[in-house]
Amino acid sequence: MSSPNGTPTKITQGSQTKGGIGESTLRPDGTLKVTGEFAYSSDMWHEDMLWGQILRSTVAHAEIVSIDTSEALATPGVYAVLTYDDLPTDVKNYGLEIQDTPVLAHGKVRHHGEPVAIVAADHPETARRAAAKIKVDYRELPVITDEASATAPDAILVHENRDDHHAGHVPHPNIVHRQPIVRGDVAEARKRADVIVEGEYTFGMQDQAFLGPESGLAVPEEDGGVHLYIATQWLHSDLRQIAPVLGLPEDKVRMTLSGVGGAFGGREDLSMQIHACLLALRTGKPVKIVYNRFESFFGHVHRHPAKLYYEHGATKDGKLTHMKCRIVLDGGAYASASPAVVGNASSLSVGPYVIDDVDIEAIALYTNNPPCGAMRGFGAVQACFAYEAQMDKLAKRLGMDPVEFRQLNAMEQGTLMPTGQPVDSPAPVAELLRRVKAMPMPPERQWESSEGADLRELPGGLSNTTHGEGVVRGVGYAVGIKNVGFSEGFDDYSTAKVRMEVVGGEPVVTVHTAMAEVGQGGVTVHAQIARTELGVTQVTINPADTRVGSAGSTSASRQTYVTGGAVKNACELVREKVLEIGRRKFGSYHPAWATAELLLEGGKVVTDGGEVLGDLADVLEDEVVEVEEEWRHRPTEPFDLRTGQGNGHVQYSFAAHRAVVEVDTELGLVKVIELACAQDVGKALNPLSVLGQIQGGTVQGLGVAVMEEIIVDPKTAKVKNPSFTDYLIPTILDTPTIPVDVLELADEYAPYGLRGIGEAPTLSSTPAVLAAIRNATGLELNRTPVRPEHLTGTSLSEA
Amino acid sequence: MRVNFTVNGRPQEADDVWEGESLLYVLRERLGLPGSKNACEQGECGSCTVRLDGVPVCSCLVAAGQVEGREVVTVEGLADYAKQRAEGGCATGACGTSLQNAQQWEAKGDSHTGEGTELSPIQQAFIDAGAVQCGFCTPGLLVAADEMLERNPTPTDADIREALSGNLCRCTGYEKIMDAVRLAAARQGEAV
Amino acid sequence: MDFLRPASWEEALAAKAEHPTAVPIAGGTDVMVEINFDHRRPEYLMDLNRIGDLSEWEVGEESVRLGASVPYTTIMENLRAELPGLALASHTVASPQIRNRGGVGGNLGTASPAGDAHPALLAAGAEVEVESVRGSRRIPIDEFYTGVKRNALAPDELIRAVHVKKADGPQQFSKVGTRNAMVIAVCAFGLALHPRTRTVRTGIGSAAPTPVRAKAAEEFLNAALEEGGFWDNGKIITPSVAKQFADLCSASCNPIDDVRGTASYRRHAVGVMARRTLTWTWESYRGTRRTTEGAA
Repeated sequence: MSSPNGTPTKITQGSQTKGGIGESTLRPDGTLKVTGEFAYSSDMWHEDMLWGQILRSTVAHAEIVSIDTSEALATPGVYAVLTYDDLPTDVKNYGLEIQDTPVLAHGKVRHHGEPVAIVAADHPETARRAAAKIKVDYRELPVITDEASATAPDAILVHENRDDHHAGHVPHPNIVHRQPIVRGDVAEARKRADVIVEGEYTFGMQDQAFLGPESGLAVPEEDGGVHLYIATQWLHSDLRQIAPVLGLPEDKVRMTLSGVGGAFGGREDLSMQIHACLLALRTGKPVKIVYNRFESFFGHVHRHPAKLYYEHGATKDGKLTHMKCRIVLDGGAYASASPAVVGNASSLSVGPYVIDDVDIEAIALYTNNPPCGAMRGFGAVQACFAYEAQMDKLAKRLGMDPVEFRQLNAMEQGTLMPTGQPVDSPAPVAELLRRVKAMPMPPERQWESSEGADLRELPGGLSNTTHGEGVVRGVGYAVGIKNVGFSEGFDDYSTAKVRMEVVGGEPVVTVHTAMAEVGQGGVTVHAQIARTELGVTQVTINPADTRVGSAGSTSASRQTYVTGGAVKNACELVREKVLEIGRRKFGSYHPAWATAELLLEGGKVVTDGGEVLGDLADVLEDEVVEVEEEWRHRPTEPFDLRTGQGNGHVQYSFAAHRAVVEVDTELGLVKVIELACAQDVGKALNPLSVLGQIQGGTVQGLGVAVMEEIIVDPKTAKVKNPSFTDYLIPTILDTPTIPVDVLELADEYAPYGLRGIGEAPTLSSTPAVLAAIRNATGLELNRTPVRPEHLTGTSLSEA
Repeated sequence: MRVNFTVNGRPQEADDVWEGESLLYVLRERLGLPGSKNACEQGECGSCTVRLDGVPVCSCLVAAGQVEGREVVTVEGLADYAKQRAEGGCATGACGTSLQNAQQWEAKGDSHTGEGTELSPIQQAFIDAGAVQCGFCTPGLLVAADEMLERNPTPTDADIREALSGNLCRCTGYEKIMDAVRLAAARQGEAV
Repeated sequence: MDFLRPASWEEALAAKAEHPTAVPIAGGTDVMVEINFDHRRPEYLMDLNRIGDLSEWEVGEESVRLGASVPYTTIMENLRAELPGLALASHTVASPQIRNRGGVGGNLGTASPAGDAHPALLAAGAEVEVESVRGSRRIPIDEFYTGVKRNALAPDELIRAVHVKKADGPQQFSKVGTRNAMVIAVCAFGLALHPRTRTVRTGIGSAAPTPVRAKAAEEFLNAALEEGGFWDNGKIITPSVAKQFADLCSASCNPIDDVRGTASYRRHAVGVMARRTLTWTWESYRGTRRTTEGAA
């Protein structure tokens, strides 16, 4: 079939720009994005295309007694209605690590909103009406919604007959994975403690709430295969899961990355990919599926809600003695990334502190709640919220300044993680705290103006709830640690294909990777790396697709490190080949070709002393140099299943926040005045993008501090607020100024010394805001998000 | 039903429109103008903001039949709209004169960045200030911010925040968007 | 689904008489959400945008006749002096884009307890002008809301305008939401002082099945102000009076627990808003009095 409208195109940038690494080069896709021409997956359009619609379960846990699709099939304009029985092969499940997720429900649904049937029709309304005519008879089952109901002796198993690789070591089949970490002797260390604080913390279910809903277009191809244009975080991971279900070899499932409207972890799992392909192959027509916002809340996994139980001890001079914790993550009905989230939560549960004696346990549950998986911060966010609350409690008990207390116990380069792994690159935890504390404070009563109170600067904003009455300021600090890249022995590689040739007398470079650009600016950085390494100005970025090797996921703060590393590596290999050609052609004219360190700069071959040996155009003439190569960071190892020991992580990322809030203490409304951040980024490849990542991550942390939560009815396990009317994310009027102090301490093991940066600011933002609210109100506040009723003692039902 | 209206200065006709379709759907799926975005379809995110007879509205909440005979400006027409305004042309969007390049959107050639495309000051400022990440909120923000600067060329920070409070962004934390609007206002001031 | 486009008010009434199930759509800010999310599939949609009269307003001697489709933005910008409570409420409606399209007619038609205009209309005093081919009538605002998302309209009637009493004293409006903009009310409170009649009126949103007035609180305050000669002496309202007023406002709520807030929070917040808005309006009244006296 012909190409659809909205097929991604190459992006060339740089005829006038220098734009190497370290510069704030502008996005190559910026113009397309501000003119509305950039094609997102939901913008794809094909002549004669059909619209796919998914019928989802209206109950959380039930046996499916029967499904009757006859009336839907008979609807004019409907081309196909598929259920489990129509799946073409024996592979009927998928999953990131554990293949436990049915493509379409088989005999049972395990959570509210699970896909049961799919419809293709010539208009979305026709598809919706037809889907509504499918009759599903459910026999409801009791719902499992928390640890008590999941591990009760007579608990119904969410998944019967588990045979995944975690099944053998978990204490109960309704536990996906359990990771203990034991180091030192907690019982002995506890005796040295002068103060001991305990806390039980609750972290609510957060949604990624990316703005571009799940969507894509599947186009059947003449060879019996299918071409899927899709918004995802990892093309090759999708491919690995899709092809077996379709019964096609991977080379017959072509995947092209379409414009991605944000991701934040929510596109790591499949959503409508297989459904669109199944309908396209069945009908022989292109099929487009676009979720609306309501469906999007059911169409992707969320951040794990968690219960965290912590005990810390400290001596009276402020040294931490020990830590015990238990972290219970609710993974919902399917495993998704739960095992890895458990690994992160346990191994990062100590935070960026030195504690030699620890006893840690993290588990993820199977329940009938919505499935949870990857979201920015991935297991480290929940832990940071809890351990930072503990640090404040300890400081208060000891009568110490909370920042000084943290600095006294701060991790440094060389500190051992609870897993026994040494931190082998800079860990400027105390310095980040110092910097964030040193930033000037915003003026007091900044809401007062000559014309009275400016409502927009007060809690409640334009809703006119206070003119200053009840408003109390509070200040809070927090710091966090996040691992970068995939851990625990995962083969975390990326692939880059780099090509150099002369076009119109000018050397140009083409970079081709399968990296998912989700907004983070990877495409900008790839071009910068190519310019720096190969001395050209003009760089073309090819669309990401599966014609090149895997780039791994756009997650875990890893893409600049890993795919950036792969691009750098491929560029270096191209450079070697170009120099070889140069030596072959011109070596006899100048001895430096053989003896000097040679670089490519400004379109020329130069010695490290700056002497020009020749133009790249003359060296290459009509030769084309192309390299495709995989690149890996240092290997990691799995954590021991009993002791949690092991060199599991690649790199760490650190950020600290200071939050200044004003709380209307009578109404329980919060206005965050400022969220200052200090972060070590190793090396800022693109300083403008670095700030954008830090500020964006900071505000997602703010959101889950004061408003964002998916509310699940504990009696029915049904989602109560799947809309932007009731799942609130911060508006520009909820967002403070975010001054950022960027520190660049190189990690000698990473490309250019860089550090993955995307997630760390999401960690410390939430506990800093909570600390500031505690500071303003004097309340203990052990849950997030904190809602007005928690600040006013009105959280209990009147009934 | 059939709906006739003007988009970015060009008369448009949409046929076989289902009566429950929104203006947003008609723009995106029937007129080949997918620049206005479909993030929430409930008026909570502003990503579908267009100007309807000059007024910023959420196109997802306008029934297609309601735009019969009216003037719509979308992000695709924003550069021309701003240019006309700068040249002293009509700023209401209701001129209906021949806007050159009123864009019928289509897949462009092979190698393309849009470099050299003429942009409105607010569009250029969004690029320069780093206000674009995933870009899904960008079209709606641009239409809203451009309209604010038309009404209020020297906005305070609080004015900017209030005017853009109906446009959600999930990537940037809004700081670079503030920078972009301040930059556009400053450049606009210099140009006068 | 059929799309009706009456070109005049008479045509609209005729169409509504012929198709009583027709759903009127003006700003679309409620109706389109329900259609987009597949919550509603009316047989007929009736566009009211073509009826220019609905977007006009007229300031009379006693009251403002506000066309049902006058957008909130227009109210904020043009009727701040005449209808200060409603102008404040209008400013809290959703977002600029929504305020450019939505009007009071839509709020009344939907009759959600969370509609932002209701507390202001209740406090100011208003009548809803509705009409059908059978004739026109005015429904006092106190009798308009009949149940959760139900109003006193007959199936063949349309809302044409609202007649809101011009402010004769200070008015305030407060709304609690868990976000600083673009938020549906957790609860809301409107208060209007009417010095000419020496009365106080209130309106409460989102804290009962319908928008309500806190009548016991009004009666208490009217009596307390009269007794203490407050209207004449312009004294500061004592904290105990303010507190009792606030408590009575809380008591007049009949709230529920839902995803936006607990019932007990709503009751509590209404009390706080009642106390604060009473303070603001009374201070403003005292200020005006002093200015007037000073000038005399």
